Amino acid sequence: MSSIDQVFADLRAANRKAFIPFVTAGDPSLDVTSAVLKELSKRGSSVCELGIPYSDPIADGPVIQASYTRALDRKIKLSQILEMAGKTTPEMTAPLVTMVSYAIILRHGPEQYVRDAKAAGVAGAIVPDLLVEESGDFAKICKANDFSLIQLVTPTTSRERALRIAETSTGFIYYVSVAGITGERTQLPADLLENVSWLRSQTKVPICIGFGISQPEHVRTLKKVADGVIVGSAIVRRMSEIGEKTEEQVIAEVGDYAETLIEALNE
Amino acid sequence: MNPASESLGPASANVPDASGRYGAFGGRYVPETLTRALDELTVEYAKAKADPAFQAELDQLLQDFVGRPSPFYHAKRLSEKCGGAQIWLKREDVNHTGAHKINNTLGQALLTLRMGKKRVIAETGAGQHGVATATACAHFGIPCVVYMGEEDIRRQAPNVFSMKLLGAEVRPVTTGSRTLRDAINEAMRDWMSSVETTHYILGSVVGPHPFPQIVRDFQSVIGSEARVQSLARFGRLPDSVVACVGGGSNAAGMFYPFIEDKEVELVGVEAGGRSDLAGDHASPLTFGSPGVLHGSYSYVMQDEDGQTCDVHSISAGLDYPGVGPEHSYWKDTGRVRYTDCKDNDALDAFDALASCEGILPALESSHAIAAGMKVAASKPSDQIVVICLSGRGDKDAAEIARLKAERQ
Ligand SMILES: Cc1ncc(COP(=O)(O)O)c(C=O)c1O
Repeated sequence: MSSIDQVFADLRAANRKAFIPFVTAGDPSLDVTSAVLKELSKRGSSVCELGIPYSDPIADGPVIQASYTRALDRKIKLSQILEMAGKTTPEMTAPLVTMVSYAIILRHGPEQYVRDAKAAGVAGAIVPDLLVEESGDFAKICKANDFSLIQLVTPTTSRERALRIAETSTGFIYYVSVAGITGERTQLPADLLENVSWLRSQTKVPICIGFGISQPEHVRTLKKVADGVIVGSAIVRRMSEIGEKTEEQVIAEVGDYAETLIEALNE
Repeated sequence: MNPASESLGPASANVPDASGRYGAFGGRYVPETLTRALDELTVEYAKAKADPAFQAELDQLLQDFVGRPSPFYHAKRLSEKCGGAQIWLKREDVNHTGAHKINNTLGQALLTLRMGKKRVIAETGAGQHGVATATACAHFGIPCVVYMGEEDIRRQAPNVFSMKLLGAEVRPVTTGSRTLRDAINEAMRDWMSSVETTHYILGSVVGPHPFPQIVRDFQSVIGSEARVQSLARFGRLPDSVVACVGGGSNAAGMFYPFIEDKEVELVGVEAGGRSDLAGDHASPLTFGSPGVLHGSYSYVMQDEDGQTCDVHSISAGLDYPGVGPEHSYWKDTGRVRYTDCKDNDALDAFDALASCEGILPALESSHAIAAGMKVAASKPSDQIVVICLSGRGDKDAAEIARLKAERQ
């Protein structure tokens, strides 16, 4: 059983839901990324997502895109990110997964990527531009290495296709709440709950919902149908305030913020 | 992953396969949100292609609205200047809106109507694709938003003005290098949120399947006409065919009908920029490596981590770090020879065509003219070199004045 499977098994046994925060690697620095990952794990996150900055993201909104640009302007390299992960994961209880473009995996070599990430204690990958049709070879490599390949379902995915994705996704299914890019939103789509409940009834793989989630109210609504929630832009935006505020201040604020959402999940 | 060039065999015109592959290249590397629209587009396009009424409507528009067939012109004085083969120009510059881009936008606008979509978005570098999209949308009454990098807005001011006059909204893109590549990113992001109601009219043979195929097919009218015109004039095919390559749509359209005519030499010309150093040019086929950018697997200018490199060209339409997947396939099969042309050589070719023939070429097309002149000079006078004159140079006049002042 992979470490992510274990997390969800434990959560289910305790009748609890997963909180999954996202942070951009290297924004504002890899030391700060390491510190905030440890903080988020300590505060009760179930899994942490580490965004590998990419020069040409398509699925990301302005907040995450800008954080990628800032990190790349500081010449952050994949090898340095994995090195930081290797030093950080031993101090985290929550498994770490990378959110990474296939452009980067392909350049690194898919086998090599999985091997290097595993060696750094990374438990899996979310590859937003790798569709189920194109994912066969990479999925095999992941499977052989007990490395989770978390695939995405969106509101534009047909039900038949969602079942196909559910069959191949390991760790959990990333259910994208909106047809659109990442970013905080006040309202979630009306039919979201119904769609997720349907998928919930069709598969045993845990389903976590992401994109647009930022408020305790969202979390209270979504926990009825999902196994967890993923929060990205709201955290990345707070991280971007480092400079106006001190690193310690912002990391503590992010931790407090995560705790309010975790509390809402566990009410 | 290495493209399996050994096992590719000779280039076939029968590509892509059902998954959108040209050999190892192409495919679809996009967020899941876009798959439904891409599937729908694939199906609708296949139906349209098989529908004689669709083809007839497009042909009529190309004739009456665009002014096709475009002329096939013997550049006598330019040929004399080169002192070799006879240079003939395929005159896409005299099309309505001044470039080959209109061939594709009218086709895709008709597809938009067939799919019942209510809004169009597009990206543009030189502005020619933006103007052509705005024109097609005005013709059919479809609302239109065009994404354009701020640097390109500066370089291509006349086209920005035209797009606005045609009723399109031009959205400046301020991220990254503020050029074509960033405009494509922004258009893709818009499409992610609007995919149910919006068609994205991509401007070149790039992007996820089926775009490279659709754009190549719509642009193939260029090569098909050139073929017929050549047979009518000379009773034979040309010896060489030359076209510039940004994303590669005018070149794909020009080359595709000749792919299986082994005796015809095909030459694609990338932007050589200032020098061969990374960052100084926009020549992924010459200097890049296979990777993923903007939804397909093709040659890209990337660093050791897979991050896209900055590129440079004086020509906004060639200032792009990627290239269409079919060109990558043609390169690896050896069917097309790819070369590059430096900024300064393109400016000299601009002057040569202007003074010898009374034609101002687009800066993009000037790259093809420069390389075509070299090809012609190396051949005997009974040979025929056809150059695709992809667009006219009016849009570049102010930029050329500035570049010339800089050069002095
Ligand atoms: C006149 C002209 N030629 C060539 C190009 C390059 O595009 P492509 O390589 O797709 O033909 C452009 C792009 O804007 C253009 O305006």
